[in-house]
Amino acid sequence: MIDFLLQFPLLSALLALVGMAAAFGALLGFAAVHFKTEGNPIADEINNILPQTQCGQCGYPGCRPYAEAIADGEDINKCPPGGEAGIQALADLLDVEPMPLDEEHGEEANTPAVAYIREDECIGCTKCIQACPVDAILGAAKQMHTVITSECTGCDLCVEPCPVDCIDMLHESPSLQNWQWHLPDPVGRQVEIIATDRIESGARQDKAA
Amino acid sequence: MRKVFDFHGGVHPLENKHQSVRTAIADAGIPPELVIPLSQHIGAPSNPVVGVGDHVRKGQVIAEALGFVSVPKHAPSSGTILAIEERLIAHPSGHSAPCIVIATDGKDEWAPLPDTRPYESLDKAELLELIRHAGIAGMGGAGFPSAVKLSVKAGITIDTLIINGTECEPYITADDMLMRERSDRIIEGAKILHHLIAPGETVIGVEDNKPEGIAALRKAAEGSGIEIASFPTKYPSGGEKQLIEILTGKQVPSGGLPSDVGVVCQNLGSAVAIYEAVVEGKPLISRITTVTGEAVNEPQNFEVLIGTPVSYLLQKAGYEPSKNDRLIMGGPMMGVTVRDPSVPVVKTTNCLLAPTPQELPVPPPAQACIRCGMCAEACPASLLPQQLFWFAQGKEFEKLEHHNLFDCIECGACSYACPSSIPLVQYYRASKADILHQRKEQEKAEHARLRFETRQQRLEQAEADKEAKRAARKKAAEARAKSAVDDGNGEDPIQAAIARAQAKKAAQQGGGNESEQEKLEKTVVAARKRLDTASKKLEEAKVDGSDLVDALQSGVDKTRAKLDAAEKALAALGEAHAAVAPESEPTDAAQAAIQRAMAAREAEAALSPAEEAKADLEKLEQRLEKTRSKLAQSQASAGEEKVIEALTSTVQRLEQKVEAAQQALSETS
Amino acid sequence: MALMRLSSPHAHGPASTQRVMLKVLVATVPGILILTWFFGYGTLVNILFGSVIALAFEALALKLRGRPIGFYLSDLSALVTAFLLCIALPPYSPWWLIATGMASAILLAKHFYGGLGYNPFNPAMVGYVILLISFPVQMTSWAAPRGLAATPGFLESVQACFLPATFDGITMATPLDVLKQNSSLLIEDLWSQNPLFGRWGGLGWEWVNIAFLAGGLWLIQQRVFTWHAPIAMLATLTLLSALFYDGGSSASGGSPLFHLLSGATMFGAFFIITDPVSSAVSLRGRLIYGALIGALIYIIRVRGNYPDAVAFAVLIMNFAAPFIDYYTQPRTYGHSKRGEQ
Repeated sequence: MIDFLLQFPLLSALLALVGMAAAFGALLGFAAVHFKTEGNPIADEINNILPQTQCGQCGYPGCRPYAEAIADGEDINKCPPGGEAGIQALADLLDVEPMPLDEEHGEEANTPAVAYIREDECIGCTKCIQACPVDAILGAAKQMHTVITSECTGCDLCVEPCPVDCIDMLHESPSLQNWQWHLPDPVGRQVEIIATDRIESGARQDKAA
Repeated sequence: MRKVFDFHGGVHPLENKHQSVRTAIADAGIPPELVIPLSQHIGAPSNPVVGVGDHVRKGQVIAEALGFVSVPKHAPSSGTILAIEERLIAHPSGHSAPCIVIATDGKDEWAPLPDTRPYESLDKAELLELIRHAGIAGMGGAGFPSAVKLSVKAGITIDTLIINGTECEPYITADDMLMRERSDRIIEGAKILHHLIAPGETVIGVEDNKPEGIAALRKAAEGSGIEIASFPTKYPSGGEKQLIEILTGKQVPSGGLPSDVGVVCQNLGSAVAIYEAVVEGKPLISRITTVTGEAVNEPQNFEVLIGTPVSYLLQKAGYEPSKNDRLIMGGPMMGVTVRDPSVPVVKTTNCLLAPTPQELPVPPPAQACIRCGMCAEACPASLLPQQLFWFAQGKEFEKLEHHNLFDCIECGACSYACPSSIPLVQYYRASKADILHQRKEQEKAEHARLRFETRQQRLEQAEADKEAKRAARKKAAEARAKSAVDDGNGEDPIQAAIARAQAKKAAQQGGGNESEQEKLEKTVVAARKRLDTASKKLEEAKVDGSDLVDALQSGVDKTRAKLDAAEKALAALGEAHAAVAPESEPTDAAQAAIQRAMAAREAEAALSPAEEAKADLEKLEQRLEKTRSKLAQSQASAGEEKVIEALTSTVQRLEQKVEAAQQALSETS
Repeated sequence: MALMRLSSPHAHGPASTQRVMLKVLVATVPGILILTWFFGYGTLVNILFGSVIALAFEALALKLRGRPIGFYLSDLSALVTAFLLCIALPPYSPWWLIATGMASAILLAKHFYGGLGYNPFNPAMVGYVILLISFPVQMTSWAAPRGLAATPGFLESVQACFLPATFDGITMATPLDVLKQNSSLLIEDLWSQNPLFGRWGGLGWEWVNIAFLAGGLWLIQQRVFTWHAPIAMLATLTLLSALFYDGGSSASGGSPLFHLLSGATMFGAFFIITDPVSSAVSLRGRLIYGALIGALIYIIRVRGNYPDAVAFAVLIMNFAAPFIDYYTQPRTYGHSKRGEQ
């Protein structure tokens, strides 16, 4: 056998190749079965970055579908609630260039909003309850409705269906509770200006006024 | 002498303590207005228990603690509650917060103080309650409620109780003056804490730049077993974690508590407050505050009421606003700049620093980081500030956390040492806030996702259920149709269904009529009532000879007309209904029974008391008769003894009842 | 008067970047004086011309990048780069050599990477290496020390710089080069026969090194940098040269003392590897960084193609600095292990 192979080197090479192909094929097949992953892991990771407001501003019915669409090659700049930070995170994850937010889908809000129902105007039609993607509105037919503030994602979806237009989107006003330090600004541009200038600009305006 | 350890890093800023120790502690007096913020420290704000206009006396509780990590607030002097409103407080944001404002009356009347008992006779829980009730919160740093800090979990033994008299920040001398003038109170307070915690040893740690204070403490501590340890001056040796390392050589684990290494720490000022609360029964309503800086002419320490406006205190020290462009509450290393001198002194205000621009110049614009490593050398937490700065600029939160950003104590040593004057601490504060914000957002997003998915699932499930039901009904209908045809009854099921539907409709119409009738009846009743009151008023008006007679008269007429109309309509409807009535007469047994029952009840309601009593009596006699016959039966058939006994007693009871009923009847009739 | 609101701390230490840079400049003065004493005004002219060129390039770069020029020039970092590169260049270098070196250092090594603080490599050494590779003839000849030839006067030195064609100064190989080329003489014989060698190292060089050592020690005393990197480098160099010193055969690499006091050893140890921007930051990291540079210097000096090796060793280790930093993070307070979360 060995002699035979030695006589026909071409054949031995062929045999070796076939053998290796078989071995690696088996290995790959084993790996495919053994390390099988359910679903689309990249879509999950994208979904984790999306803000889960379920607002549908991206044109998809919820965050998950948009995540799946991104995984299939959709643009990453269609999520206004996620904003620039969200786009940056998606760009980092997918290793693509970050792009500016697509204004067609809405603008990034500076502060998070919550829906508020003007309760004496509410007629109890339940239309907003049906629209709310996260079950954050409480109420029954012909009963006044109210928003569970802590559950509201600020998606706006309840505003449109309200027949008496009694839902407002309230933005958080700056207060002691939501105040936080900001990075000294601007950083690394024109001059590296110190922390004082940002805070002080307000005071200076006060003085000027 | 105790062996003291060194900690990594630290800086030696100019101490500038000598200016404010030249005179004794002065009394700041009672300002015309006291502003007490409801939240003065870490933990939940307290809940006001007084109303605007209430008169309060000194030491009276004006706001109650809400929750465990919270303390009550007391009126620092007597006076009237002027307002409970948003006032500017000392906070880096410059925002306002809810405060209780007291207009003082200058009488400084004490509310009755509680009786005190010797602390030795009090157990742990009682002592802690006293401390909590006195509103004591850490008077050195962040102001953590003392009672919480002193509540050591069961099963943890404390080796060392540390009283922190380090006062490592430049300029501040409040604790130093306290040591010089009130060392006996400090030692007494330390003894109470020693009794409460029962540690292996109690140590008061003081930096060696306060020799007078140390000497006074040593003298007062003689024979008490309390050790006074002094160690080289270095900022920030007064940080709790750093002080623990200096005195015990142990490090508090990251994210842990001092009690994890067997240590409890208390501030010197808190020890005095605890002494006053436990021994004298006085709540925490004043503190020692250093007022210093070159923009005040007489830098010194004041005993000042909590809530005193800073402007009042500054004026006492000879403040010159023209020399000053920045007012700092706290020291130059960790203090907070205040927006306006109207902010009040709070429990944590150890110093008011009014420097001239020459004294503490505004930092020049930040230059580039040259990675010189001076910040790393200065960092007491052994962090790499320059790396953190780098990551903070790039908002690389993961790397920041990996480089232990959250172990930063914001002491400012890195910024102090930085040759490029980069505001490092601000970068860290902003990054910490951003990270916490991001965590919260992520949690919220996760929560929203779950809710969304659950809802989706529920909707799908509901849809699926509906579909299943429809399928089932369809199947059943088909089966019925089939069986009906098979049985050959000749009656078409569809025809039957139509008949049912018609019957239902008819019944509904009947119901509709009835409701209309009810409505009319109601209208009639209401109109009658209105008519009654209106005519009554009319009569009264007539008697009084009022001008309203005419108006009332027309009102009565109108109401009467309405009533007539309603009555007519009702009668018409009744006739129409009567015509239909025979058809809609209920025929089935249940309906009849209900009607009978209702009739019976009506009849009963119509009975007079005598008749009622009579009916009762009759009923009872019937029951008695029945029971008697039953008894006779069982006796005859030699039934069970128990049954006979029970029946006998029942008979007796019924006999009594009958008697009572007969009596009642005789009385009523 | 509105009160300012700033983040704490409100007090600031006396340290400033200008002051640090100024101290470095001052610390080079003894070395420059000794160099001038032994080799004439060449180095001084290098420095004068180099500084002007460096500031001009810095200003140009800042202008192109749209940064405030005065603000950044005042940090003196360009001047430090100019001093360091000009000290490393042979005396009586022609103007174009200096200008090319400065352009490489300031524009290429510094501003192309984002300016001060962002440069991964030591700018002066980048400039030096680019010149060394591009112009080996000019870069490897050094002026003859005092006593072996007449030293040119100041005007002649200026002439050497701006009209290089008309200047005919006497240049010689450096002692390190001679030792490297030597293959026949015992070290002892080499010392006695070649006038280039002085008491411990090269003639003049030993004093230059001692002067830079003095400047460096002053900087450590002034807390401009820590002792870790220089001492680690010198210790490693001493250790390796002692380990492989066979007592003075013709194949010997030279005695420890010779290595310490020859070439750019002290200048490198205290002025080049201590450049904070491009070196390791943590203290343990600096020990490793310095020791590895010391080892590289010895290896390249004895085994490599070039007579001196400080520039190459530093640049190679600049590559490794972030890596060293990553693995030498200090143990944070309250954490049981280094780098533990």
